[in-house]
Amino acid sequence: MASLAALTLADARFPGGGHVHSGGVEEAAARGLITGVPDLGSFLSGRLRTTGLVGAAFAAAAVVAAARPDAGWAVLDGELDARTPAAAQRDASRAQGRAALRAARLSWPSPVLDALCAVTPRPHHALLVGAVVGIDGGSPAEAARCLAYLAVSGPASAAVRLLGLDPLAVNAAIVALRPALDAVVAQAAQAAALSPDRLPAPGAPVLDLMAQAHVHHHREQVRLFVS
Amino acid sequence: MSADHGHGHGHSLDPTVTEPDPHVPQAPSGRAVRIGIGGPVGSGKTALVAALARTLGSRLRLGVVTNDIYTTEDADFLRRAGVLTPDRIEAVQTGCCPHTAIRDDITANLDAVELLEERFGDLDLVLVESGGDNLTAVFSRGLIDRQIFVVDVAGGDKVPRKGGPGVTTADLLVINKVDLAPYVGADLEVMTSDAHRMRGELPVIAQSLVTDPAASDVTEWVLAQLAAVRVPAA
Ligand SMILES: Nc1nc2c(ncn2[C@@H]2O[C@H](COP(=O)(O)OP(=O)(O)O)[C@@H](O)[C@H]2O)c(=O)[nH]1
Ligand SMILES: [Mg+2]
Repeated sequence: MASLAALTLADARFPGGGHVHSGGVEEAAARGLITGVPDLGSFLSGRLRTTGLVGAAFAAAAVVAAARPDAGWAVLDGELDARTPAAAQRDASRAQGRAALRAARLSWPSPVLDALCAVTPRPHHALLVGAVVGIDGGSPAEAARCLAYLAVSGPASAAVRLLGLDPLAVNAAIVALRPALDAVVAQAAQAAALSPDRLPAPGAPVLDLMAQAHVHHHREQVRLFVS
Repeated sequence: MSADHGHGHGHSLDPTVTEPDPHVPQAPSGRAVRIGIGGPVGSGKTALVAALARTLGSRLRLGVVTNDIYTTEDADFLRRAGVLTPDRIEAVQTGCCPHTAIRDDITANLDAVELLEERFGDLDLVLVESGGDNLTAVFSRGLIDRQIFVVDVAGGDKVPRKGGPGVTTADLLVINKVDLAPYVGADLEVMTSDAHRMRGELPVIAQSLVTDPAASDVTEWVLAQLAAVRVPAA
Protein backbone atom coordinates (compact mmCIF):
# COMPACT_ATOMS: atom_id res chain seq x y z
CA MET A 1 0.00 0.00 0.00
CA ALA A 2 1.22 3.49 -0.83
CA SER A 3 2.40 5.52 2.13
CA LEU A 4 -0.30 7.97 3.17
CA ALA A 5 2.44 10.14 4.65
CA ALA A 6 4.22 10.37 1.29
CA LEU A 7 0.97 11.34 -0.43
CA THR A 8 0.14 13.90 2.24
CA LEU A 9 3.58 15.50 2.22
CA ALA A 10 3.55 15.74 -1.60
CA ASP A 11 0.08 17.32 -1.65
CA ALA A 12 0.18 21.05 -2.44
CA ARG A 13 -2.49 21.49 0.24
CA PHE A 14 -0.28 20.06 2.97
CA PRO A 15 0.21 22.97 5.40
CA GLY A 16 3.98 22.70 5.52
CA GLY A 17 5.07 26.08 4.22
CA GLY A 18 5.99 24.86 0.72
CA HIS A 19 4.02 27.44 -1.23
CA VAL A 20 6.37 30.29 -0.29
CA HIS A 21 9.40 28.61 -1.89
CA SER A 22 10.07 28.84 -5.63
CA GLY A 23 13.28 26.79 -5.66
CA GLY A 24 15.09 29.43 -7.69
CA VAL A 25 12.27 30.12 -10.16
CA GLU A 26 11.60 33.64 -8.89
CA GLU A 27 15.23 34.62 -9.38
CA ALA A 28 15.46 32.87 -12.76
CA ALA A 29 12.26 34.54 -13.95
CA ALA A 30 13.42 37.95 -12.73
CA ARG A 31 16.57 37.48 -14.84
CA GLY A 32 14.58 36.51 -17.90
CA LEU A 33 15.98 32.97 -17.83
CA ILE A 34 12.53 31.42 -17.60
CA THR A 35 9.87 32.98 -19.79
CA GLY A 36 7.73 30.05 -20.91
CA VAL A 37 6.93 26.39 -20.43
CA PRO A 38 9.90 25.05 -22.49
CA ASP A 39 12.42 27.03 -20.36
CA LEU A 40 10.66 25.87 -17.26
CA GLY A 41 10.85 22.26 -18.41
CA SER A 42 14.62 22.38 -18.77
CA PHE A 43 15.01 24.27 -15.50
CA LEU A 44 12.99 21.58 -13.71
CA SER A 45 14.93 18.80 -15.40
CA GLY A 46 18.20 20.28 -14.16
CA ARG A 47 16.84 20.85 -10.70
CA LEU A 48 15.51 17.30 -10.47
CA ARG A 49 18.88 15.75 -11.38
CA THR A 50 20.84 17.85 -8.90
CA THR A 51 19.06 19.30 -5.87
CA GLY A 52 16.27 16.79 -6.45
CA LEU A 53 18.60 13.79 -6.38
CA VAL A 54 20.38 14.98 -3.24
CA GLY A 55 17.06 15.53 -1.46
CA ALA A 56 15.64 12.21 -2.65
CA ALA A 57 18.73 10.30 -1.50
CA PHE A 58 18.68 11.89 1.94
CA ALA A 59 14.94 11.32 2.30
CA ALA A 60 15.50 7.64 1.44
CA ALA A 61 18.42 7.44 3.86
CA ALA A 62 16.25 9.04 6.56
CA VAL A 63 13.69 6.23 6.19
CA VAL A 64 16.45 3.71 6.88
CA ALA A 65 17.78 5.84 9.74
CA ALA A 66 14.34 6.22 11.33
CA ALA A 67 14.13 2.45 11.74
CA ARG A 68 17.44 2.23 13.61
CA PRO A 69 17.69 2.51 17.40
CA ASP A 70 20.30 5.21 16.90
CA ALA A 71 19.28 7.09 13.77
CA GLY A 72 22.47 9.16 13.53
CA TRP A 73 20.59 12.34 12.57
CA ALA A 74 23.54 14.59 13.30
CA VAL A 75 25.70 12.89 10.68
CA LEU A 76 22.95 13.00 8.04
CA ASP A 77 22.30 16.64 8.89
CA GLY A 78 25.98 17.51 8.47
CA GLU A 79 26.34 15.56 5.23
CA LEU A 80 23.32 17.30 3.73
CA ASP A 81 24.69 20.68 4.81
CA ALA A 82 27.93 19.79 3.03
CA ARG A 83 25.98 19.05 -0.19
CA THR A 84 24.12 22.37 0.01
CA PRO A 85 26.86 24.98 -0.47
CA ALA A 86 24.57 28.04 -0.68
CA ALA A 87 23.60 29.36 2.75
CA ALA A 88 20.33 30.58 1.25
CA GLN A 89 19.44 27.05 0.18
CA ARG A 90 20.36 25.54 3.53
CA ASP A 91 18.15 28.14 5.12
CA ALA A 92 15.26 27.46 2.72
CA SER A 93 15.54 23.71 3.31
CA ARG A 94 15.50 24.16 7.09
CA ALA A 95 12.64 26.67 6.94
CA GLN A 96 10.56 24.12 5.05
CA GLY A 97 11.62 21.31 7.36
CA ARG A 98 10.64 23.30 10.41
CA ALA A 99 7.30 24.29 8.86
CA ALA A 100 6.51 20.68 7.93
CA LEU A 101 7.57 19.59 11.40
CA ARG A 102 4.70 21.59 12.93
CA ALA A 103 2.16 19.61 10.96
CA ALA A 104 4.08 16.35 11.34
CA ARG A 105 4.15 16.54 15.13
CA LEU A 106 0.36 16.65 15.24
CA SER A 107 -0.20 14.03 12.57
CA TRP A 108 2.62 11.53 13.18
CA PRO A 109 3.79 12.03 16.78
CA SER A 110 6.74 9.75 17.41
CA PRO A 111 9.97 9.46 19.42
CA VAL A 112 11.70 9.38 16.02
CA LEU A 113 10.61 12.98 15.38
CA ASP A 114 11.57 13.93 18.93
CA ALA A 115 15.06 12.54 18.36
CA LEU A 116 15.41 14.43 15.07
CA CYS A 117 14.30 17.65 16.76
CA ALA A 118 16.70 17.12 19.63
CA VAL A 119 19.54 17.18 17.10
CA THR A 120 18.11 20.12 15.17
CA PRO A 121 14.92 22.07 15.82
CA ARG A 122 15.08 23.17 12.17
CA PRO A 123 15.66 19.90 10.34
CA HIS A 124 16.39 19.77 6.63
CA HIS A 125 13.18 19.19 4.69
CA ALA A 126 14.47 15.94 3.13
CA LEU A 127 15.27 14.44 6.54
CA LEU A 128 11.90 15.45 7.96
CA VAL A 129 10.11 13.89 4.98
CA GLY A 130 12.13 10.68 5.25
CA ALA A 131 11.56 10.45 9.00
CA VAL A 132 7.80 10.90 8.61
CA VAL A 133 7.49 8.41 5.75
CA GLY A 134 9.53 5.96 7.84
CA ILE A 135 7.29 6.48 10.88
CA ASP A 136 4.30 5.84 8.64
CA GLY A 137 5.78 2.51 7.47
CA GLY A 138 6.69 3.74 3.99
CA SER A 139 9.72 2.66 1.99
CA PRO A 140 12.89 4.58 1.10
CA ALA A 141 11.69 4.70 -2.52
CA GLU A 142 8.40 6.29 -1.48
CA ALA A 143 10.19 9.00 0.50
CA ALA A 144 12.57 9.56 -2.41
CA ARG A 145 9.68 9.87 -4.87
CA CYS A 146 7.94 12.37 -2.59
CA LEU A 147 11.04 14.54 -2.32
CA ALA A 148 11.93 14.29 -6.02
CA TYR A 149 8.39 15.21 -6.99
CA LEU A 150 8.36 18.19 -4.62
CA ALA A 151 11.68 19.33 -6.07
CA VAL A 152 9.86 20.02 -9.35
CA SER A 153 6.20 20.53 -8.42
CA GLY A 154 6.89 23.42 -6.01
CA PRO A 155 8.98 25.45 -8.50
CA ALA A 156 6.47 24.64 -11.28
CA SER A 157 3.62 26.03 -9.21
CA ALA A 158 5.67 29.14 -8.45
CA ALA A 159 6.21 29.64 -12.19
CA VAL A 160 2.47 29.44 -12.81
CA ARG A 161 1.90 32.15 -10.21
CA LEU A 162 4.79 34.41 -11.24
CA LEU A 163 4.56 34.18 -15.02
CA GLY A 164 0.91 33.33 -15.59
CA LEU A 165 1.91 30.16 -17.47
CA ASP A 166 -0.80 27.80 -18.60
CA PRO A 167 -1.23 25.42 -15.64
CA LEU A 168 -2.30 22.55 -17.90
CA ALA A 169 0.87 22.88 -19.99
CA VAL A 170 2.99 23.13 -16.84
CA ASN A 171 1.39 20.00 -15.46
CA ALA A 172 2.23 18.19 -18.69
CA ALA A 173 5.82 19.42 -18.39
CA ILE A 174 6.06 17.85 -14.93
CA VAL A 175 4.63 14.56 -16.13
CA ALA A 176 7.08 14.58 -19.06
CA LEU A 177 9.87 14.33 -16.48
CA ARG A 178 8.69 10.82 -15.56
CA PRO A 179 11.76 8.92 -16.89
CA ALA A 180 14.16 11.25 -15.08
CA LEU A 181 12.03 11.08 -11.94
CA ASP A 182 12.06 7.30 -11.98
CA ALA A 183 15.83 7.25 -12.46
CA VAL A 184 16.37 9.65 -9.56
CA VAL A 185 14.11 7.59 -7.29
CA ALA A 186 15.88 4.37 -8.21
CA GLN A 187 19.30 5.88 -7.59
CA ALA A 188 18.18 7.37 -4.28
CA ALA A 189 16.58 4.13 -3.06
CA GLN A 190 19.71 2.19 -3.99
CA ALA A 191 21.85 4.58 -1.98
CA ALA A 192 19.53 4.64 1.05
CA ALA A 193 21.51 2.22 3.19
CA LEU A 194 24.95 3.57 2.31
CA SER A 195 26.99 5.34 4.92
CA PRO A 196 25.96 9.02 4.74
CA ASP A 197 29.29 10.20 3.34
CA ARG A 198 28.71 7.92 0.32
CA LEU A 199 25.32 9.41 -0.61
CA PRO A 200 25.10 11.14 -4.03
CA ALA A 201 26.49 14.67 -4.21
CA PRO A 202 25.75 16.26 -7.59
CA GLY A 203 26.21 20.04 -7.68
CA ALA A 204 24.24 22.81 -9.35
CA PRO A 205 26.40 25.94 -9.07
CA VAL A 206 23.96 28.12 -11.01
CA LEU A 207 21.13 27.25 -8.62
CA ASP A 208 23.46 27.94 -5.69
CA LEU A 209 24.42 31.34 -7.05
CA MET A 210 20.85 32.27 -7.90
CA ALA A 211 19.67 31.32 -4.42
CA GLN A 212 22.24 33.68 -2.93
CA ALA A 213 21.35 36.41 -5.42
CA HIS A 214 17.68 36.02 -4.54
CA VAL A 215 18.31 36.67 -0.88
CA HIS A 216 20.57 39.59 -1.75
CA HIS A 217 17.95 41.18 -4.02
CA HIS A 218 15.32 40.60 -1.43
CA ARG A 219 16.95 43.23 0.72
CA GLU A 220 16.83 45.75 -2.12
CA GLN A 221 13.59 45.10 -3.90
CA VAL A 222 10.35 43.24 -3.46
CA ARG A 223 10.45 39.47 -3.72
CA LEU A 224 7.35 37.37 -3.25
CA PHE A 225 8.97 34.04 -2.38
CA VAL A 226 11.35 33.10 0.42
CA SER A 227 13.55 31.17 -1.99
CA MET B 1 -4.03 25.20 17.36
CA SER B 2 -5.59 22.30 19.17
CA ALA B 3 -7.25 19.57 17.18
CA ASP B 4 -10.38 19.95 19.29
CA HIS B 5 -13.65 19.67 17.49
CA GLY B 6 -16.59 22.01 17.38
CA HIS B 7 -14.96 25.11 18.85
CA GLY B 8 -17.61 27.51 20.00
CA HIS B 9 -20.42 25.86 18.07
CA GLY B 10 -22.03 23.89 20.88
CA HIS B 11 -22.39 20.85 18.65
CA SER B 12 -20.11 18.49 16.78
CA LEU B 13 -20.44 16.96 13.35
CA ASP B 14 -18.85 13.74 14.62
CA PRO B 15 -21.70 11.30 15.37
CA THR B 16 -19.53 9.36 17.82
CA VAL B 17 -19.15 12.42 20.05
CA THR B 18 -21.92 12.64 22.61
CA GLU B 19 -21.01 15.71 24.63
CA PRO B 20 -20.83 19.17 23.12
CA ASP B 21 -17.40 20.74 23.46
CA PRO B 22 -17.78 23.40 26.17
CA HIS B 23 -14.41 25.03 25.49
CA VAL B 24 -13.95 28.29 23.69
CA PRO B 25 -10.49 28.88 22.21
CA GLN B 26 -8.18 30.39 24.77
CA ALA B 27 -4.68 31.73 24.49
CA PRO B 28 -2.36 29.46 26.44
CA SER B 29 -0.99 31.33 29.43
CA GLY B 30 1.98 33.47 28.57
CA ARG B 31 1.63 33.84 24.85
CA ALA B 32 0.57 37.09 23.24
CA VAL B 33 -2.96 37.65 22.06
CA ARG B 34 -2.94 37.61 18.25
CA ILE B 35 -5.24 39.82 16.26
CA GLY B 36 -5.44 39.51 12.48
CA ILE B 37 -6.17 42.53 10.28
CA GLY B 38 -7.45 41.62 6.83
CA GLY B 39 -9.21 43.30 3.93
CA PRO B 40 -8.75 44.47 0.36
CA VAL B 41 -5.68 46.35 -0.91
CA GLY B 42 -5.61 49.99 0.13
CA SER B 43 -8.49 49.80 2.59
CA GLY B 44 -6.26 51.06 5.41
CA LYS B 45 -4.82 47.97 7.14
CA THR B 46 -1.30 49.35 7.49
CA ALA B 47 -2.69 52.73 8.54
CA LEU B 48 -4.73 50.97 11.23
CA VAL B 49 -1.67 49.02 12.42
CA ALA B 50 0.19 52.33 12.65
CA ALA B 51 -2.66 53.96 14.56
CA LEU B 52 -2.85 51.05 17.02
CA ALA B 53 0.91 51.09 17.45
CA ARG B 54 0.75 54.80 18.19
CA THR B 55 -2.01 54.50 20.77
CA LEU B 56 -1.06 51.16 22.34
CA GLY B 57 2.70 50.96 21.74
CA SER B 58 3.61 52.71 24.97
CA ARG B 59 1.11 50.74 27.09
CA LEU B 60 1.55 47.25 25.66
CA ARG B 61 4.41 45.07 24.51
CA LEU B 62 3.59 44.94 20.83
CA GLY B 63 4.77 43.00 17.80
CA VAL B 64 3.63 43.21 14.18
CA VAL B 65 3.69 40.59 11.42
CA THR B 66 3.00 41.91 7.95
CA ASN B 67 2.04 39.76 4.97
CA ASP B 68 1.71 42.68 2.63
CA ILE B 69 4.22 43.04 -0.16
CA TYR B 70 6.68 44.60 2.12
CA THR B 71 8.83 47.44 0.94
CA THR B 72 11.19 49.69 2.78
CA GLU B 73 8.47 52.35 2.42
CA ASP B 74 6.15 50.24 4.56
CA ALA B 75 8.84 49.85 7.19
CA ASP B 76 9.63 53.57 7.02
CA PHE B 77 5.96 54.39 7.31
CA LEU B 78 5.54 52.28 10.43
CA ARG B 79 8.77 53.60 11.90
CA ARG B 80 7.69 57.20 11.27
CA ALA B 81 4.38 56.37 12.91
CA GLY B 82 6.36 56.41 16.14
CA VAL B 83 6.56 53.54 18.51
CA LEU B 84 7.36 50.64 16.20
CA THR B 85 11.03 49.93 15.75
CA PRO B 86 11.87 47.76 12.73
CA ASP B 87 12.84 44.80 14.92
CA ARG B 88 9.24 44.62 16.15
CA ILE B 89 8.01 44.04 12.61
CA GLU B 90 8.42 40.67 10.89
CA ALA B 91 7.62 40.41 7.19
CA VAL B 92 6.30 37.18 5.70
CA GLN B 93 6.62 36.25 2.02
CA THR B 94 3.40 34.72 0.78
CA GLY B 95 4.46 33.26 -2.58
CA CYS B 96 1.85 35.36 -4.41
CA CYS B 97 -0.93 33.79 -2.33
CA PRO B 98 -1.77 36.08 0.60
CA HIS B 99 -4.88 34.14 1.54
CA THR B 100 -2.97 30.84 1.61
CA ALA B 101 -0.49 32.28 4.08
CA ILE B 102 -3.16 33.36 6.56
CA ARG B 103 -5.65 30.55 6.08
CA ASP B 104 -4.58 27.29 4.42
CA ASP B 105 -0.92 27.15 5.34
CA ILE B 106 -0.21 29.35 8.31
CA THR B 107 3.23 27.98 9.14
CA ALA B 108 5.25 30.97 7.89
CA ASN B 109 3.09 33.28 9.98
CA LEU B 110 3.37 31.07 13.05
CA ASP B 111 7.15 31.11 12.60
CA ALA B 112 7.11 34.92 12.39
CA VAL B 113 4.98 35.29 15.53
CA GLU B 114 7.23 32.91 17.44
CA LEU B 115 10.33 34.74 16.24
CA LEU B 116 8.96 37.98 17.70
CA GLU B 117 8.07 36.21 20.94
CA GLU B 118 11.56 34.73 21.17
CA ARG B 119 13.16 38.09 20.41
CA PHE B 120 11.23 40.09 22.97
CA GLY B 121 10.24 37.55 25.59
CA ASP B 122 6.69 38.17 26.70
CA LEU B 123 4.56 40.17 24.32
CA ASP B 124 1.01 41.29 25.08
CA LEU B 125 -0.26 41.71 21.55
CA VAL B 126 0.79 40.63 18.08
CA LEU B 127 -0.98 42.25 15.13
CA VAL B 128 -0.91 40.19 11.93
CA GLU B 129 -1.63 42.25 8.81
CA SER B 130 -2.69 40.15 5.84
CA GLY B 131 -1.74 40.93 2.29
CA GLY B 132 -4.47 42.84 0.49
CA ASP B 133 -6.89 40.28 -0.83
CA ASN B 134 -10.47 39.73 -1.85
CA LEU B 135 -13.61 39.50 0.24
CA THR B 136 -13.27 35.75 0.79
CA ALA B 137 -9.93 35.90 2.60
CA VAL B 138 -10.14 35.24 6.33
CA PHE B 139 -7.58 34.22 8.92
CA SER B 140 -7.32 30.71 10.26
CA ARG B 141 -8.28 30.42 13.93
CA GLY B 142 -5.08 28.42 14.26
CA LEU B 143 -3.13 31.63 13.64
CA ILE B 144 -5.09 34.37 15.40
CA ASP B 145 -7.45 34.77 18.34
CA ARG B 146 -9.54 37.58 16.87
CA GLN B 147 -9.77 39.17 13.46
CA ILE B 148 -10.63 42.58 12.09
CA PHE B 149 -11.75 43.01 8.48
CA VAL B 150 -11.15 46.46 7.02
CA VAL B 151 -13.10 47.74 4.03
CA ASP B 152 -13.19 51.32 2.90
CA VAL B 153 -15.79 53.74 1.71
CA ALA B 154 -13.91 54.45 -1.49
CA GLY B 155 -14.24 50.80 -2.51
CA GLY B 156 -17.93 51.44 -3.03
CA ASP B 157 -20.94 51.31 -0.72
CA LYS B 158 -21.96 47.91 -2.13
CA VAL B 159 -19.04 46.09 -0.48
CA PRO B 160 -20.78 45.08 2.78
CA ARG B 161 -23.78 43.81 0.81
CA LYS B 162 -21.53 41.54 -1.25
CA GLY B 163 -20.75 39.66 1.94
CA GLY B 164 -18.09 36.97 1.84
CA PRO B 165 -16.50 35.42 4.92
CA GLY B 166 -14.44 38.53 5.72
CA VAL B 167 -17.45 40.80 5.99
CA THR B 168 -19.80 38.26 7.54
CA THR B 169 -17.58 36.39 10.03
CA ALA B 170 -14.77 38.72 11.17
CA ASP B 171 -14.94 39.54 14.86
CA LEU B 172 -14.93 43.23 13.95
CA LEU B 173 -15.77 44.92 10.66
CA VAL B 174 -14.20 48.32 10.15
CA ILE B 175 -15.63 50.64 7.51
CA ASN B 176 -12.70 52.97 7.00
CA LYS B 177 -12.19 56.36 5.32
CA VAL B 178 -15.66 57.70 6.11
CA ASP B 179 -14.17 61.17 5.49
CA LEU B 180 -14.14 60.28 1.80
CA ALA B 181 -17.85 59.40 1.58
CA PRO B 182 -18.99 62.75 0.12
CA TYR B 183 -16.28 62.64 -2.55
CA VAL B 184 -17.02 59.17 -3.85
CA GLY B 185 -20.80 59.34 -3.57
CA ALA B 186 -20.92 56.56 -0.99
CA ASP B 187 -23.97 56.27 1.23
CA LEU B 188 -22.70 55.56 4.74
CA GLU B 189 -26.18 54.73 6.03
CA VAL B 190 -26.49 52.02 3.40
CA MET B 191 -23.03 50.66 4.16
CA THR B 192 -23.54 50.37 7.88
CA SER B 193 -27.07 49.02 7.72
CA ASP B 194 -26.01 46.44 5.11
CA ALA B 195 -23.06 45.53 7.30
CA HIS B 196 -25.29 45.00 10.34
CA ARG B 197 -27.75 43.00 8.29
CA MET B 198 -24.96 40.72 7.00
CA ARG B 199 -23.32 40.34 10.41
CA GLY B 200 -26.14 39.94 12.88
CA GLU B 201 -24.79 40.66 16.36
CA LEU B 202 -21.15 41.09 15.33
CA PRO B 203 -19.80 44.63 15.76
CA VAL B 204 -19.21 47.22 13.03
CA ILE B 205 -17.11 50.37 13.45
CA ALA B 206 -17.16 53.20 10.92
CA GLN B 207 -14.10 55.42 11.23
CA SER B 208 -11.75 57.82 9.54
CA LEU B 209 -8.07 57.75 10.36
CA VAL B 210 -7.85 61.28 9.00
CA THR B 211 -10.30 62.75 11.50
CA ASP B 212 -9.39 60.25 14.25
CA PRO B 213 -5.73 59.24 13.83
CA ALA B 214 -5.88 57.39 17.15
CA ALA B 215 -8.52 54.93 15.87
CA SER B 216 -10.25 55.37 19.22
CA ASP B 217 -13.13 52.95 18.74
CA VAL B 218 -10.95 50.18 17.35
CA THR B 219 -8.42 50.73 20.14
CA GLU B 220 -11.17 50.30 22.69
CA TRP B 221 -12.35 47.12 20.97
CA VAL B 222 -8.78 45.73 20.91
CA LEU B 223 -8.37 46.40 24.63
CA ALA B 224 -11.66 44.64 25.33
CA GLN B 225 -10.41 41.61 23.36
CA LEU B 226 -7.15 41.59 25.31
CA ALA B 227 -9.14 41.41 28.53
CA ALA B 228 -11.43 38.71 27.17
CA VAL B 229 -8.89 36.46 25.46
CA ARG B 230 -6.13 36.56 28.05
CA VAL B 231 -5.82 33.61 30.37
CA PRO B 232 -5.13 34.69 33.97
CA ALA B 233 -1.45 34.37 34.82
CA ALA B 234 -0.65 30.94 36.22
N1 LIG C 1 -8.81 59.69 3.46
C1 LIG C 1 -8.40 58.64 4.16
N2 LIG C 1 -7.31 57.94 3.75
C2 LIG C 1 -6.93 56.88 4.48
C3 LIG C 1 -7.61 56.46 5.66
N3 LIG C 1 -6.99 55.36 6.15
C4 LIG C 1 -5.96 55.09 5.30
N4 LIG C 1 -5.92 56.01 4.31
C5 LIG C 1 -4.97 56.06 3.18
O1 LIG C 1 -5.25 55.00 2.30
C6 LIG C 1 -4.07 54.56 1.66
C7 LIG C 1 -3.92 53.05 1.81
O2 LIG C 1 -3.75 52.75 3.19
P1 LIG C 1 -2.92 51.48 3.69
O3 LIG C 1 -3.00 51.48 5.17
O4 LIG C 1 -1.58 51.43 3.07
O5 LIG C 1 -3.83 50.31 3.07
P2 LIG C 1 -3.59 48.73 3.13
O6 LIG C 1 -3.23 48.31 1.74
O7 LIG C 1 -4.93 48.17 3.53
O8 LIG C 1 -2.52 48.44 4.12
C8 LIG C 1 -2.93 55.32 2.31
O9 LIG C 1 -2.57 56.37 1.45
C9 LIG C 1 -3.52 55.83 3.60
O10 LIG C 1 -2.95 57.03 4.03
C10 LIG C 1 -8.76 57.24 6.07
O11 LIG C 1 -9.42 56.94 7.07
N5 LIG C 1 -9.11 58.30 5.28
MG1 LIG D 1 -0.75 47.31 4.01
